[in-house]
Amino acid sequence: MSTDTSGGAPGTGARAASATQPASATNPASAAGPVSAAVTSTAAGPASAADPAPPADPAPAAATSPAAGRHAAAVRPRLDRPGEELPAGANPVPAWIRFFVSELRLTFGRPRNLALLGVLAIVPVFFGIVFRLTLSSVNGPGGGPPFLNQLAGNGVFLALVVLTFTLSLLLLPLSVGVVSGDAIAGESGLGTLRGLLTVPSGRTRLLFVKYAAIMTFSLVACLVVCVVSLIMGLILFHTGQVTLLSGTTVSLGSGVLRVLVVAVYAAVAMMSLGAIGLAASTLTQHPVGAIAGILVLTVASEICDQVQQLSAIHPYLPTHYWLSWDGLFRSPVDWTGAEHGLVSFAVYAVIFGAIAWARLTSADVTT
Amino acid sequence: MTDGFSSLTTSAAGTGDAPAGTGPAGTGFASTALASRGLTKRYGSGQLAVDGIDLTVPAGSVYGFLGPNGSGKTTTIRMLLGLIRPTAGTHEVLGMPMPDAQAEALPLVGSLVEGPAFYPHLTGRGNLARFDAADRTARRATADARIDRALDRVGLLAAADKKYKAYSLGMKQRLGIATSLLRPRQLVILDEPTNGLDPQGTREVRTLIREIAADGTTVFVSSHLLAEVEQVCTDVGVMRAGKLVYQGPLAQLRGRGGGAARLLVRTRAPELAVRVLGELGLAGVAQAGREVTAELGALLPEDVCARLVHAGVPVAGLETPRRSLEDEFVELTGEGFDVD
Repeated sequence: MSTDTSGGAPGTGARAASATQPASATNPASAAGPVSAAVTSTAAGPASAADPAPPADPAPAAATSPAAGRHAAAVRPRLDRPGEELPAGANPVPAWIRFFVSELRLTFGRPRNLALLGVLAIVPVFFGIVFRLTLSSVNGPGGGPPFLNQLAGNGVFLALVVLTFTLSLLLLPLSVGVVSGDAIAGESGLGTLRGLLTVPSGRTRLLFVKYAAIMTFSLVACLVVCVVSLIMGLILFHTGQVTLLSGTTVSLGSGVLRVLVVAVYAAVAMMSLGAIGLAASTLTQHPVGAIAGILVLTVASEICDQVQQLSAIHPYLPTHYWLSWDGLFRSPVDWTGAEHGLVSFAVYAVIFGAIAWARLTSADVTT
Repeated sequence: MTDGFSSLTTSAAGTGDAPAGTGPAGTGFASTALASRGLTKRYGSGQLAVDGIDLTVPAGSVYGFLGPNGSGKTTTIRMLLGLIRPTAGTHEVLGMPMPDAQAEALPLVGSLVEGPAFYPHLTGRGNLARFDAADRTARRATADARIDRALDRVGLLAAADKKYKAYSLGMKQRLGIATSLLRPRQLVILDEPTNGLDPQGTREVRTLIREIAADGTTVFVSSHLLAEVEQVCTDVGVMRAGKLVYQGPLAQLRGRGGGAARLLVRTRAPELAVRVLGELGLAGVAQAGREVTAELGALLPEDVCARLVHAGVPVAGLETPRRSLEDEFVELTGEGFDVD
């Protein structure tokens, strides 16, 4: 990170000489004297941001500038153009956000990723209709699987049923696996990684932006599943007061809120999987390899979680706590399972985030 | 060196003003745009891709980085840009030590490494916006104008909103160059910018290089085709099997081995010409069809021509072909340049 944050100040400080021009606001603090240092504080503000400053032709700028000592010649005339660059370090947050927004556009503008979200939105519709038809044919409560009775009781449970299905049937892990496995490997495979790094985006900064986008995608994916499920559930099934697992009843609003909390919990689980995917993504230049790796890992973990003889390692499996939200549907709310889960997710995210960082910041980029 | 130096006219205020701030070292000015000492890369497989090269790229020059495919040019460029960690050696970009100062140095460097690489589903404009967004020191407010200008410079403005995957190879290559022009640069590194281009495209790239250089920007351009860069370069470095076998001004390379000027006579009476040239005492007289060559030695070509005509040789043509640069390169690199 050191190379990222050590400030582009000297680099863009090449504009130090702009004191001779009207918009000296771009002077970097580190390279300038006291006068321009004072100016710099305003440079970061909205005034400079609002500066339209279309790139002027370089020739006049050079022509009007005073004949300067050759030893300042490393400064090229056009660098002095007002409004050309952000004073490095003066306003890093917008630059960070701009990169993040660009990453989000890339993630959510990609037809493949939109198709994944589309599938996740169709699943609740499909399941909702199937369950609705099943309920009709079973004729009353008590006939079908247990969750059907809950569904018959209240439509909000459709979200939980669908979330369980999409998690255990790998739909959600697949979606997050595709996005995270593609994160670095995809750029590497396309060759755009070398372009980004020579911009320079900064390797650590790139990793953070990538992970932020993965987290966003995880959240959006889980919310898509839950929100569509809620809508379908409320359309197709009974609504009204929600009977919790503990037998108590709460208002519909409280039930919906609990479902949304579960959605966020599932999203955090997927973010942790995303960190694993990101790490895998730094190890290869083939996105398919990273995606396959993460799916194999998920399946292996789920299988191990089912084998009684391996119960000693169950709590340490990455998928073990994915469905540990039962407690949220009790009264009072029992957070134990969810807390264990969140700790497990955080540990996995930190470990694999560190692996991804160590790998990306040291790897030779040869594609 | 001085050429590059003086071409960097500046708007910077006098020396008493704020430091130019080109580096943490406070050197203020780098007369060499790129410099390396003993730069070496040995890949994990044990292959020595680059073997201790000492590059010196004068500021303001157009430096042709030449060598056959596989001679280590791209690996060198990747090391210079911090993409690959050198096994040994040090290097500086614009006077700033790499890789420590890459966050400061690289925004001043535009580069196209090993061909263009972009997002196929984005437009040309969208691709440039993506790379600009990754630059923490670039301003959003000026991005649209800068992107348009870069596209305009490479002649892609009309195709700016076409998807990259619909671009022709030449357009892709030009978009790659546009990336390096997104911001004012002190140094532009172009790795094989003419790869896959037709002669027309090659000429356009050469023109573009001249324009970039005319602004005072140092251009470092690699190629395995000598003829492509010969016309635009002021300096050259020649790689052979990971080693830098020659480095210096192009004119100096031209002068190498140029001592033995040659004479070429075209005539329909070659035997007679051979005899006359032999009588004149020229060495190395040789005949090939209707062409007769010889080493000119101390004689002047016009005098030789007069003697030939006087002796009744019907001279259809007389040349003093310079030893071609290509010959120099073949000698330096030990093999012909690829003809792809």
